[in-house]
Amino acid sequence: MEKFTKLTETAVPLPVENIDTDQIIPARFLKATDKKGFGDNVFRDWRFNKDGSKNADFVLNNDAYSGPILVAGDNFGCGSSREHAAWALAGYGFKVVVSSFFADIFKGNALNNGILPVMVTSDYLKSLLKTIKENPKTKVTIDLEEQVIDSEVGQQSFDIDPYKKVCMINGYDDIDYLLSKKETIETFEKERKIAV
Amino acid sequence: MAGKTLFDKVWDDHIVDTVANGPQILYIDKHLIHEVTSPQAFAELEERGIPVARPDQIVATADHNTPTVDQHLPIQDTLSRNQLKKLTENCEKHGITLYGLGHEYNGIVHVIAPELGVTQPGMTMVCGDSHTSTHGAFGTIAFGIGTSQVAQVFASQCLLLTKPKKLRVSVNGELKKGVLPKDVILYIISQIGTNAGTGYFCEYAGNVFEDMSMEGRMTVCNMSIEMGARGGMIAPDETTFSYIEGRKFAPKAAEWDQKVAYWKTLPTDADAKFDKEYHFDAADIAPMVTYGTNPGMGIKVSGRIPDKEDENLEKSLEYMGFQKGESLIGKTINYVFIGSCTNSRIEDFRIAANYVKGKQKAAHVNAWLVPGSQQVAKQLVEEGLDHVFIEAGFALRQPGCSACLAMNDDKIPRGEYCVSTSNRNFEGRQGQGARTILASPLMAAATAVEGKIIDITKSLN
Repeated sequence: MEKFTKLTETAVPLPVENIDTDQIIPARFLKATDKKGFGDNVFRDWRFNKDGSKNADFVLNNDAYSGPILVAGDNFGCGSSREHAAWALAGYGFKVVVSSFFADIFKGNALNNGILPVMVTSDYLKSLLKTIKENPKTKVTIDLEEQVIDSEVGQQSFDIDPYKKVCMINGYDDIDYLLSKKETIETFEKERKIAV
Repeated sequence: MAGKTLFDKVWDDHIVDTVANGPQILYIDKHLIHEVTSPQAFAELEERGIPVARPDQIVATADHNTPTVDQHLPIQDTLSRNQLKKLTENCEKHGITLYGLGHEYNGIVHVIAPELGVTQPGMTMVCGDSHTSTHGAFGTIAFGIGTSQVAQVFASQCLLLTKPKKLRVSVNGELKKGVLPKDVILYIISQIGTNAGTGYFCEYAGNVFEDMSMEGRMTVCNMSIEMGARGGMIAPDETTFSYIEGRKFAPKAAEWDQKVAYWKTLPTDADAKFDKEYHFDAADIAPMVTYGTNPGMGIKVSGRIPDKEDENLEKSLEYMGFQKGESLIGKTINYVFIGSCTNSRIEDFRIAANYVKGKQKAAHVNAWLVPGSQQVAKQLVEEGLDHVFIEAGFALRQPGCSACLAMNDDKIPRGEYCVSTSNRNFEGRQGQGARTILASPLMAAATAVEGKIIDITKSLN
């Protein structure tokens, strides 16, 4: 996993609430057996019209907006557990998603793929979306070590599980940690009162 | 010391270790896998050169991406065929039991595990599928995981998790005629919203759930994720025990008595505390339909779409082709789908058959029935329900996830409405441009017969 410490970049505004993982990556693209290529189909049915042409109204098709930070409406990533959604966002080049609320499974999947979910207050999100919409050159700083988001809207701290923070900063993942606990796990299995 | 909840008891029994200032290592008893979310996890293990730790605690099936007609023939779609081949190869290589296409135990992962007795109270269960919450109906901690976590469980039979908060939803009183478990959960979600449960594990309590069959409880727990909760649980009781007893992987003889004694200790203590509670009166619940593009956008079938200024509501209604303040009664429907891990068990088909018997589906309706498993399909035939449906003009297909997520060819065409017993009405969920109206199997059956949405309560009295 790639390390993440701090970045200052432009952002893409997507002010839609309850963006579910079916929108991030529709089910018909889940037939692959590797993690490659999902970025091409991120938000597929919003990016393209029925006839396959680009939907000019969708923000990812507007050249004015770019950057590795996606700023999206409340309850981002609800629905299916498909990690393909995180692979699609990462594949497209997003490193951070800012929202006022994240669905649980998506949040975990994002962190396991080097995408940082940054939860801000509803008011902050509203102002940030407005500011970026009006000025696509707006820079946003995400500092993971300090757990702070900074922009012309103001500064706000965000929460992250301390263990996950260490993982993100160092590029570690859970498998390494769990494998290091093999003996403890085996002891647990032997000593269980009710075995399965 | 304050009492413990059902969730606390099961969770605490599975803690292997706690990371300082961090998550806990939770032991996983059963891991269910399917073709869509497992291949990248197997690849991850191979890249690292590590084995699957406990292959005998894994059960595999093929369901998401399988055809529901001509299952005996080679799969046409190259990518789908490849994905299933990969699952077979991975299971063979790692010694994992696979109930693949054509196997007598094949079916939707959340239908087969309970019917085989794999799912038992007090267990921890995971699967790379958000509707794993279904198994909570047995008093099991069951939840959906991402593919990275599938790889973690393969590698260690454990997950690193922070314990969720506790939520209880109580429904007491008497349900009205025609109100099914699906209506109960759609009603709850319509009242509390799609993210009320995020960060929580939910327990459903009250006489309404106590009086439900296991099938009904599974329908309710299945949709816990649609209110954001990672999982939902119902305390195990005699209904639970008698459902499990005698099933293929159910404990036998002395072990059965020992397990039942343990299961009886699991229900929430009277003095246990929850972080959040909701209470509902069963009498307020009516047959439900959804009008929008998330499962929280539901109304009583006799009700009207909300009329308020709201950008997200407007976006949803534009997609659905509905107007604010409108009633859905009388809307012409061309597609009906009875299936999915929410409502594809024998009881669901009995309810639909009971309504359909002696009637004909409306000529313009395409009515698809997709049983949840080969076992359900077999039971349909044994009970003669297949004749009822076929005589009424319904298309009885083979088991699988089918039009719930439209990964295979079972897609609803653009712009068409589908009254569906599945769990999600997201944009494009049942096919690009498809418009989903979530409802119970009874409402779905009635829609197929009438060719339009009706107020079922009027025809039951």
